[in-house]
Order: sequence, then C-alpha cells, then structure tokens
Amino acid sequence: MSTKSRINADRINDFVIRLANVNGTGSASANSLLMKTIFRMGIPVMGKNFFPSNIQGLPTWYEIRVTRDRHLARSGEIDIMIAMNAETYQQDLASLSPGGVFLYDSTWPRHSVVNRQDVTILGVPLAKMCNEHFSNARARILMKNMAYVGALASLLELDREVIEDAVHRTFATKQALLQANMDAIELGANYASEHFDCPLPTRVERMNATDGKIMIDGNTASALGCLFAGATVGAWYPITPSTSLMDAFKAFCERYRVDRESGTRNYCIVQAEDELSAIGIVLGATWNGARAFTPTSGPGLSLMSEFIGYAYFAELPAVLFDVQRVGPSTGMPTRTQQADILSAAYASHGDTRHVLLFPANPNECFELSVAAFDLADRLQTPVMVMLDLDIGMNDWMCDDLQWDDSYRPDRGKVLSAEELESAESFHRYLDVDGDGIPYRTYPGVGRKGAYFVRGSGHNKYGGYTEDADEYQEVVDRLVRKWETAATLVPEPVIQRRKSAEWGIVSVGSCDYAVAEAVEVLAREGIRLSYMRVKAFPFSEAVTGFLHQHKRIFVVEQNRDAQLKSLLTLETDYPKERMESILHYSGLPIDRRCVVEAIEASVARGEAA
Amino acid sequence: MTFIAKPKIVHKGLSRNDLGLTIRDYEGGMSTLCAGCGHDSVTSAIVQAFFELHIPPHQVAKLSGIGCSSKTPAYFLDASHGFNAVHGRMPSIATGASAANRELYLIGVSGDGDSLSIGLGQFSHALRRNLDMLYIIENNGVYGLTKGQFSASADVGTKAKKGEVNEQQPIDPVQMAMAQGGTFVARGFSGDKEQLVPLIKAGIKHKGFGLIDVLSPCVTFNDHEDSTKSYSYTRRFFHPAVHADFVPPAEEIKAAYDDGEVMPVEMHDGSKILLRKISEQYSVHNRGHALDFIRAHHRRGEIITGLLYIDEAEPDLHGISRTPDEPLAQVPFDALCPGSQVMGALQERFR
Repeated sequence: MSTKSRINADRINDFVIRLANVNGTGSASANSLLMKTIFRMGIPVMGKNFFPSNIQGLPTWYEIRVTRDRHLARSGEIDIMIAMNAETYQQDLASLSPGGVFLYDSTWPRHSVVNRQDVTILGVPLAKMCNEHFSNARARILMKNMAYVGALASLLELDREVIEDAVHRTFATKQALLQANMDAIELGANYASEHFDCPLPTRVERMNATDGKIMIDGNTASALGCLFAGATVGAWYPITPSTSLMDAFKAFCERYRVDRESGTRNYCIVQAEDELSAIGIVLGATWNGARAFTPTSGPGLSLMSEFIGYAYFAELPAVLFDVQRVGPSTGMPTRTQQADILSAAYASHGDTRHVLLFPANPNECFELSVAAFDLADRLQTPVMVMLDLDIGMNDWMCDDLQWDDSYRPDRGKVLSAEELESAESFHRYLDVDGDGIPYRTYPGVGRKGAYFVRGSGHNKYGGYTEDADEYQEVVDRLVRKWETAATLVPEPVIQRRKSAEWGIVSVGSCDYAVAEAVEVLAREGIRLSYMRVKAFPFSEAVTGFLHQHKRIFVVEQNRDAQLKSLLTLETDYPKERMESILHYSGLPIDRRCVVEAIEASVARGEAA
Repeated sequence: MTFIAKPKIVHKGLSRNDLGLTIRDYEGGMSTLCAGCGHDSVTSAIVQAFFELHIPPHQVAKLSGIGCSSKTPAYFLDASHGFNAVHGRMPSIATGASAANRELYLIGVSGDGDSLSIGLGQFSHALRRNLDMLYIIENNGVYGLTKGQFSASADVGTKAKKGEVNEQQPIDPVQMAMAQGGTFVARGFSGDKEQLVPLIKAGIKHKGFGLIDVLSPCVTFNDHEDSTKSYSYTRRFFHPAVHADFVPPAEEIKAAYDDGEVMPVEMHDGSKILLRKISEQYSVHNRGHALDFIRAHHRRGEIITGLLYIDEAEPDLHGISRTPDEPLAQVPFDALCPGSQVMGALQERFR
C-alpha cells in the first residue's frame, strides 16, 4: 500500500500522535518510551495522558506532540492515531485530522468500521504477531504495545539505538523482559518496513534542541521545591491528582534526608485520616516553627476550608498544593481543570483572602513552591500553589532545574529567646512597623513569648475579646497585611506587542496554548499583548496591564470564568471590556480553541 | 478563654518546687465556667501535677478544641503557649506540634462532644499513631455551651434536664482506647483529686498517647436526679480498680506496700508509677482482661477508675517516624537542603 499519496507533505518534527489504549495493559510505559525516544533525539516534545479513574479495562489515550518550534501545548490536531482499543475505533477515527494516518490492530480486520476516505488506514496484526512469538499470556498483551512502538520506529524513522538504549535502561535488571521487549520492537519494525512505504512524510529527524532540557512532571518538581526549601513536615490524605507529589517528596527524603550514620530521618510525613487532619497537622507544625505543607485537590481543599480560615485569622503559615481536577463534587478525578480559583482565593467562612501562586510549568512549580514557603513565613498566612492535573501529572519538557546555594529561607518576623529578653514587651498581634505583619514566637521560647493561638475574637495584644473596636482593629490590620502581600508576590509575565490594543490574560497551564495562539493570530494580523498572572493578590502590574488595553480576553480552564471574576472583584478594570475564552472539557486546553474564539470575536466586530 | 486576669498573690508560706516556682506560676486566668463546674477541679489538678513535676511552664504547650472543656487551657499555665483549635480537630494540631518540636510536653484538654462526636476520627487516629501527649477528656455527657443536648457519651436511660431520655448507645473513650491499642488508658473523677493528680503526672510522663477520661459533672445541665453523669451518681458508682502513685526518678521506692500488691512501671525518663491493685481480679497489663472487667462493671452501672492499662514499650509517632532526638524545627537548613550539586546530578534522571 502506498502511504505517501494521502499524507500531508513536509511534516518533519511537527505533528501529533495519539495513542488509544485500554488501561491496565501496559501501554503507559510503551508510550512514555516513545516520547522519551523523541526527546532524546533532540526534538522538543509534549506528552499528555488522558486516563480514566480506573485501574484496568477502560479507554485511555496518550497524546504526543512532536514540535520543532517548541509549542508545548496541544495543537487541537491529530495526525497519527495508534488505535489499540476496538471499543473506541469509531471515535478515534473521527477525531483524526484530514490527511492523517490511522494504525490499528488488523488481527481482526474491521473494514466496515475503519473506513474513512481522507485518511490513510494502516493495519498491523499486532495481536497475531505477539501470540505467535510469545507463549506467556501476559507477555502477549504487554508486548503488543512495544510492537506498535517498533512499527512507529520504521514509519517515523525513530533512532533504533535510542529506543534500544531506553529499553536497556528500563529493564537492566530483568533480562527476560529486556529480550521480550527487544523482540516485540523488532516484530513491529519489520512488519512496517515490509508492508508499508517507510518512512512516512510525517516523521522525525534528529535535532539539537533539547540540550539543557529535562522531562519532568509538576508534582515531582513541586516535591523538589519542598525538599530544597527545607520543609520537614508533610501531612496529606491521598487524592488524585496530587498523590504523586507526596510520593515524590517521600522518595527524595529517603535519598537525601536520612542521616548516614544514625539512620534518623530529618523529616516526618504523616498520612492523615483525612484532609481536615492533614491541614491541622501542617498548622500544628508551623506554629512550632517547622516548614510544613500538604498536597491536595479540590475536594480536599473543601474539607480544609475551616482550618484555612483559622490560619488566616490566627496568622499561621501553611503551604498547600492544590493540584486541581475536574469538579464539582467528585467530578472527573483524572481530568484537568482550573476550577478552584475562586474557592481557593476566598476559602472559608467570614472575610478571608488567601495568597495564591500559579505555576505554568514544572520549572515554576519548583520555583514557586520554594517561594510559597518564604511567603507563608513572611506573611504568616496560608499560601496555595495552584497546579492542575495537566502540570502536576504530565511530563513536560522544561529547562534544567537550578539551585542557588546562597539561598537562605526567609522565616519572617519571629523573635528568638534573646530578642525576647531584650524586647520591652511582646504582643502577638501588634503591628509595630506598619507592614501589617506582627511578630510571633515559637512555643518553648520562654515565658515572655507565651500567647494563646485562637480562632475566636482577639485583640492586638493576643487576648480574647468580644469588643467591637478591638475586633475590628485586628481585621482591618489584616487588610494592611494583604496590601503588603501584593508587593511581595511574583509579578505577572507580560509580553507586549507593539501597538496592540487588545490584551489576552491567562493563568497556569493555559500558557503554552495561549502563547502559540498569540503567534498564530499575529501572523493573521491580529495583534495581542499577553499577560500571564502568577499570583493573587494582584500587583499593580496586573491592574496596569489591564488598563493599557481596550479589550481583554481572559483564557482559563473552567466554566464559570473564575479568573475573570477575580479580576472583576479585585481590580477596577470594567468587566464589560473583558471577554472569556473558556475550556473546561477536562482535557488540557489546545491552541486551536483560543485562536478560533478570538477570530470569531474579531469577525463579530467586537474586538476590532 | 477568659478575659479576666487572675491576681497573682504569692503568700510567703507557699512552697516552691525545684525550679523555685510556686503553684501560682502554674495557674492561668480566672475561670469563666459555672460555679461548681467539674472542669475547674480538673484545671487545679493539672496545675498541681505540673508544679509537682517541676516542669518549666514554657516547655509545655496546651491545646484544646471547642466547648466548655476546651476553654480550660486559658485557666492554667499562662506562661505556656496555647492553641485553641477548631471543633474536634485539636489532635491534628497536636500531631503537627509534636512532629515539629518533640521536646515540648503537650497537654490537650477536650470534652465528650469535641472528642467523641465531631472529633471522633481525630481522637482515634491520634491514639493510633501513639502521639506523645497527655489527652484529657472532661466527660459530662452533655453539650454545655449550647445548653444541654446529649453528647455521645450519654448512657442509655439517662435523663436530660428537661426530661428527655437518651436511647442511643454511649461511646466510651476508655473502651475505645483499649480496643484500639491505646498505650495509656485511665479514668478519673473531677471530685477525686487524690486519684487524679498522680494519673495526670503519669500521663504527662508516659511516652505515647496518655488518655485520661475524667468524669466531670456539668452542674448546670447534667447534675440532676436520673442523670448518670451527676456528682451523686458518680460518687455512688465510682470503683477505683487500680491506684497509681507517681515516683520521680531520683526518689527511691519505699517498701511501704506489700510485694505482689504493688507493681512498679518504669517510665522513659526513669521515673516510676507504682500501681496498687484495689480490685484483686484486675490486670493492668492484659488488654483483654481489663476490657472485660470494665465492660462487666459497666453493665452493672459501675464506673471503673484508675490507671486501667499501660504499655511503655510501644513506639510513639517519633519512634515510628525515626526522627532525630532534636526537634525537626531546629535541624539546621544545611542539613535539610541537598544543594546545587545534588540538583545538578538529579537532572540526569529526567533526561
């Protein structure tokens, strides 16, 4: 069969492969191997996993974008579909872009189903080959995955040495598995080169664009931030998609925090009975001067809300990682969204506002988790690092993580025993220098530093009160602290385009999709300046950017325009001049949806 | 949680402990509880225990949840840091506090509502991780601050002030702790300070979760006839099974007791508890027997008190976590941060 005729020409290092699998069949390691191979060939690559909340038997997809121009978001196109799940053949075929390639397991030919004129259908009898070659039932299933990697090696011209090296690294200690995997790759590669016109015009070519880059997920990078920032107490309750953050922290601690001589551990991880307890453990620890954190997701944040308000009012540091998933309620635990922005910003009853940090990639997960500990200690308040499943659990290509040894933690305004002795007096909630932040002491420091932490009404001296003026004085001072916070949080990332009258604002994992959309639109003559907010409260730079533009598009991944709502509430920019672009299907946002929304707005004449 | 400071009057004749402190140095603010409240007696027992143990007040952290009982940390140890948590969640705060600074003596005061209803989960899990703290439940069978609803510890058949009869089974923290592997389980009565003070001292010195369930009648809402948590009922059906005497490390044990009747238990700091059996059949080291004994008497409406179970050998949270002897919060940053070289080497893992 000729494969050249229908396939778009000139797609070297610029295409998307989607792999449709059944979960629990071992496809994840094959897909990860495929992505790693492309990365190790020096080609920028993006990988996204769309998986079910299930251990075995349900459909799962993996999307790999090979992107010579480093567009690390989804494009919205699918050029090659590896269809390994007969249950989703129809859906998978329909989602393929015109001119694409559909490769499926032709052990059981499905000519009537797999039938579309504008794409190329390639059948590889993967199951048949594996059944003939392997005797073990489990291997027959697992090796089908490696066999399609083999077929792709021929079709895309993947470097066989790189693949084999990766297999060797993975199975170095399991000789039998190593040989089986190698055989499977060989089976697929040979079949493809014997039956198809290899390579495809859509293929890879070695580049040199991944030096100084790594592939890492945001949860792992955040865990490294906790490790390097000196966090010693971690409390948590397992919840997708945040679980791997604590798993990674534990693994790093076992490697880097155990005293070689005594075997003692310079960390304490408590798997709590629930999130109510996890946040309580964090507050108990920070009250006593440890750096402490808890990773969670939306439902956990809901449970923590009472204590979050307590920490705001009693002024205790805490670092929370909210790896956001699809809500409301249990929602779709393995799908991504940015739908906790408002509930996090104002978590708890009463007048509360919280510092939020929004990383857009694993580099920022690392940097902002370190910053979160410094800010929490400096401001004596909870700081939430707002990841989402896409950043937290997918491997992202990013710059090497760097560490500056001159870093010293900012522990904020804490009085030592000596300072207490020489001080005239100590009053816990007294703002002595006008920044809205009082001094505190740790338990054990001495009689003079003793005070009562309470969520009930207290005056500036730390005493219990139900007095109207005394209460109000304290909550008004918290507003001054909030104003200080706005000067300390990370500034937004702004890319101004000359003479652009419209701005586009986004947050977190929307970043690459928006940045690419801005480039695409610029080529069409639609000029947009771009601001990505990195923190709440909004600094003057955020408000300034808004006012410099006649119209603002706000791109975010939730239904209710939560970032836009927050900008409406917390800045004086008129909401009529903001237009939402919302993506909330649970799959990571793609460039196409942003481009199309703005094109449509321009066509309507609303933003011209 | 008082806003009335207690005047510090130090009489010349007041005795001083090894630190040169008087009992006044262990007191707190003026109680705002009802006159005659059992909780105030518990407060004074706590004050006496810390005074007699010569513990510097600033090395103690006192914690509570919400409710009448949870107000009491404001009435003792005003030179200690305190933490008045949200309802039922004090055990989690104590867990974090212990994790960060294991050198502190932690004392938590809770109530039957705070520990057995809203906070049952946290109470159970603090037990399960054998958190090194003294945990006192001031148990009166009612919600006082919200004016007299039954709590989860109310006995079947007990009558509320307005006549309502409780028909739900009670949750007994002592039986729960026995069944769940608690390492120090005691019951006392606010009206018997002689028994209570040594129990508190032993509980403070116990390395692990020291539970003392103190029957502490509510004079306003649960001290009437037909209440099983009243002063008169408790006095009538109160049966000490074991008496515990606390002996500090330096002091020698005087042979005032007959061998066999008295059993010394060595605590981690070298101090001892002398257990004196009052009921002959009782076995303080046998969880199953102890539980059977308590249950059998409970069925007869009797309340077994004393140090009912003790096990000094089980590891606490720190033993399980293998943390260093120094508080985690004081480990120098250089020992925590792996540094740039490690970071550089780590990158290879991600290529």
